[in-house]
Amino acid sequence: MMLVWLILIPLLGGLLAWPAARLRAAAARWVSLIAMALDLLVLLLVWLRHAGPIEITGGGRWIAMFDAPWIPQLGISLRLGLDGLSLLLILLTIGLGFVSVVISWTEIGERVGAFHFNLLWTIAGTIGVFLALDLFLFFFAWEIMLVPMYFLIALWGHENRIYAAIKFFLFTQGSGLLMLLAILALVFVHQRTTGTLTFDYFRLLGTRMSPSTEMWIMLGFFIAFIVKLPAVPFHTWLPDAHTEAPTAGSVILAGIMLKTGAYGLLRFVVPLFPLAAIRFAPIAMLLGVIGIIYGALLAFGQNDLKRLVAYSSVSHLGFVLLGVFAWNALALQGAVMQMLAHGVSTGALFIMVGALQERLHTRDMRLMGGLWANMPKLSAIGMFFAIASLGLPGLGNFIGEFLILIGTFRVYPAFAVVGTLGVIAAAAYALILVQRAFHGPPRDAVAAPDLRARHLAVMAALTVAIVYLGVYPQPVFDMASGGLANLQTATHGVLKLAEGDPR
Amino acid sequence: MIHDLWLVPAFPLLGAAILMISAGRLPSRAVALVGVVPVAVSAIVSAIIGIGFMAAPPSGHAFTEILWRWIAIGGFRPAVGLYLDPLSLVMMLVVTIVGFLILLYSTEFMAGDEGYSRFFAYMNLFVSAMLVLLLASNLLFLYVGWEGVGLCSYLLIGFWYQDAANGLAARKAFIVTRIGDTGLMIGLFVLFTHLGTLDIQPLLHRAASVWPHGSAIASLATALLLIGALGKSAQIPLQTWLPDAMAGPTPVSALIHAATMVTAGVYLIARMHGLYMLAPAIQMTVAAIGAATLFVAAFAALNQHDIKRILAYSTVSQIGYMFLALGVGAWTAAIFHFMAHAFFKALLFLAAGAITMRLEHHEHDIFRMGGLAKKLPVAFWSFLIGSASLAALPLVTAGFYSKEMILSETWAHGGAVPILWAAGLVTAFVTALYIFRAVFIVFFGEAKTPIVGRYGIRIVLPLAVLSVLAVIGGFVETPNGLGGVTIFSRFMGSVFGPAPLAAGATETALLVFASLVSLSGVGLAWLLYMRPAPRFAAWTQTPSVVAWRAFFLSGWGFDVVYDRLVVRPFLYVVRINRHDAIDDVYTGIAEASRGLHRLLKLTQTGRIRWYAGWLAAGSILTIAVAVIR
Repeated sequence: MMLVWLILIPLLGGLLAWPAARLRAAAARWVSLIAMALDLLVLLLVWLRHAGPIEITGGGRWIAMFDAPWIPQLGISLRLGLDGLSLLLILLTIGLGFVSVVISWTEIGERVGAFHFNLLWTIAGTIGVFLALDLFLFFFAWEIMLVPMYFLIALWGHENRIYAAIKFFLFTQGSGLLMLLAILALVFVHQRTTGTLTFDYFRLLGTRMSPSTEMWIMLGFFIAFIVKLPAVPFHTWLPDAHTEAPTAGSVILAGIMLKTGAYGLLRFVVPLFPLAAIRFAPIAMLLGVIGIIYGALLAFGQNDLKRLVAYSSVSHLGFVLLGVFAWNALALQGAVMQMLAHGVSTGALFIMVGALQERLHTRDMRLMGGLWANMPKLSAIGMFFAIASLGLPGLGNFIGEFLILIGTFRVYPAFAVVGTLGVIAAAAYALILVQRAFHGPPRDAVAAPDLRARHLAVMAALTVAIVYLGVYPQPVFDMASGGLANLQTATHGVLKLAEGDPR
Repeated sequence: MIHDLWLVPAFPLLGAAILMISAGRLPSRAVALVGVVPVAVSAIVSAIIGIGFMAAPPSGHAFTEILWRWIAIGGFRPAVGLYLDPLSLVMMLVVTIVGFLILLYSTEFMAGDEGYSRFFAYMNLFVSAMLVLLLASNLLFLYVGWEGVGLCSYLLIGFWYQDAANGLAARKAFIVTRIGDTGLMIGLFVLFTHLGTLDIQPLLHRAASVWPHGSAIASLATALLLIGALGKSAQIPLQTWLPDAMAGPTPVSALIHAATMVTAGVYLIARMHGLYMLAPAIQMTVAAIGAATLFVAAFAALNQHDIKRILAYSTVSQIGYMFLALGVGAWTAAIFHFMAHAFFKALLFLAAGAITMRLEHHEHDIFRMGGLAKKLPVAFWSFLIGSASLAALPLVTAGFYSKEMILSETWAHGGAVPILWAAGLVTAFVTALYIFRAVFIVFFGEAKTPIVGRYGIRIVLPLAVLSVLAVIGGFVETPNGLGGVTIFSRFMGSVFGPAPLAAGATETALLVFASLVSLSGVGLAWLLYMRPAPRFAAWTQTPSVVAWRAFFLSGWGFDVVYDRLVVRPFLYVVRINRHDAIDDVYTGIAEASRGLHRLLKLTQTGRIRWYAGWLAAGSILTIAVAVIR
């Protein structure tokens, strides 16, 4: 039942925040903050109460599980499960949820109640995605996550928000439809072979089907998830959506929502269709490598600071795609670490850009330069996260990228080598960001106050997080390894999770 | 005390953290204190550990301390750990002691700069990262230091950020070295995939037992590590960033771009020398690159106007000597030259800084200096001692003994090697020529730029101490003909094995010969620049000579080639695809459906007659199709 509360708290918080804003705008903000705090508390309680994970026959080891009938006639149930992988991602979600509420404190002044309603509902949807173990429920949560995000972009976004919101909606709905078709196909194939109609994840695992059917259904899921990830060539919604979204929207989008794509690949694509995934892996990894290089090149060319960060996300998530399909312990741990570190570092970069926009009313780097003279704190923090983003050892992103590459090297050395070259391009775009925004001769036009206490506190927390991930990442690996073991169990032994040791 | 080894990198890190968190709010006296004291403490701790180590060496002449388990995934278990042996001990001592002297100097040199606190924060971070690089017991942890020093180098080259040119130089340094770093990173992938560990000592043992001598995989791994070393140590073909790195404050050039960081590549190869011995072809490549670099860079140094660029090319050239030594298996000689070079090159840079800080507008052009020997005696004597050591003037300089060791071992290596030895010898001549060209032009002749200000003790003391070290630093290891002291090579013996015995008579002959070469270089400089003959001046102005000088001035045109081959194509690709061609596909789909919509809209006119007409036409067409088929 605790797992249900994880989703219910933000939903109820949203319902409460909307009317609360009629009293005072601050009330909506406090309601949201408290909702996030309660959610975190629930998560910690679940974690502590179930120190010894529960065993599910044939389904691996889970920290907590919930199951209740929903639409029994169609074999649909409210099945939720929490393992190490989902726990880490939900922790990231709640953490960045906190951050989003805090940084919107002054940025959002209009329709404050509705804003927080949408924010909390999209967070609730995301948590649902990370918990759902019923494919219909998963699809349901997927939609709950997307629709409020559409409104966040369309109503509180910047100049070109309608275009961006519609583009976001078309891409995600189009791919969502594809996923629905794939889910139904899988369910019907399963019904034909076993005679039972069910959407239950555990029962659908190991469904017998012909190789070509498996490949087609797998592709349906795969495309739906890599649109979300996003991987080249389905990435073009992302720069627009990120750029036009309000800061909190960008943080949620980049920090959390992109990870639902990666999570889907991990939880569904490979375990449900292991044989097809093996055959398809080279192509998927090729897309990952292309994304790494292509995203980095485009990031370097941007004048809009937010677009630069957005394209850098394409590059970073290319690493995740690479890691998922390399499918060994090193690469998968790297992919999980890369998701967390990217969430923190890119979230921080978007906050930095948002703070700049609030002060300068522009995101165009041609109008910036020399900001260090007037805003040393903002500039120093911005530079720190730019450097984290280029993969400096000692910070989280490096651990993720290194593990992905070293894991990939044992299966496809060529992809690892090309991916490593992407690290050079990352240096190019991260340093050009620093140069064009913070360094150079200062301009009179950009005199504006530096970061204030609220933002500084948020940035300090994110800094601690990224350093922690880089210096002492083992607790994360220990937590994730349970979840990754579950994935391997889920493939029914078709895929062996290779150990780190070559001999 | 040896168990407190972790304190050595921890103190500067703490200093950096305090300065960063205080965000410029500390008064400058406090900044100077927080900036210098941690490194001073590190130097003291290092010295105590060093004395303890020499007095009672730990078993196996090495000490390992695991600080914490960093990553443990399956068999991949790199730890955050430190490893102290004579090699890392010597380097640690040099880094902390020279680092302390340079920081002390900086408290005065940088006084009044608005980024005073930022400067010391970065410098402390650098020292800490450099110590991590040297002491790491694991290649992945070493890589943390490796990239960390690169970052600090970037931050300090671009320290005066308001000038865009400094930013460009900083980015160039970071990106060029990162190209090398990716080679190193891929090298780590290869090593781990084939040997199953990144812990340096177990890795070396395993390699020696698993890989046969001259095996392809050993060559691949060492070649990849070499790429990393070439980038960091500014060797051909990745040397182009170092001359531009002089955009940073002079103490930065002294510490990072002369004494310590740029020798990281030398350290890496020396540390992994067991691997290189398995790959003779790659080891020979190291020697060849070293020989080529020392030669190329010396000619570039001979044609520079900027005093710091002379020293920068000189650094590239001197590290070339170290690579040459590594390539011929003269490991101890390479480290010996590293130590001597750290002393005399830091001294030269600090002396150069002491000159420019006293000249109006911080003049860097040697041709606008002149006659400074009388006016700036402190700078003069320091620079002279440094130059003598660099030029390897016989008997009284550290550079003489270290360079002598490299040349004689290169000779002794035999085989196809005389050409390498010849390159080293010719360059020794050019080295003496270019540095005394600078000495004579800067300190003699008539004065051209007015002098301002005066020196405090914090400038003079480091210069004095480094001057002493640049002289006596060589006495720890002398050739047989000159006392035959072998303190240094015996100390290094546990790392590199016993030093080869040079043949007595040949050695003495080589010694005399090399001494004469150095002295004749100085002599030629005296003839050309103290007594300029009109014919020499006319010769330098002939068109072909002018063209050659421009070619050497530009560092043999490497920058132009890279600009055409790499930078411009990269920028071109970025520019043509700035608006993301893939998005055009989607925009195209959207446009097409909108066009179709407009077209169909035209038919919706509201006129019944037209609709009836369309209906009739459609029916006729359908019937026609049906009939014809």
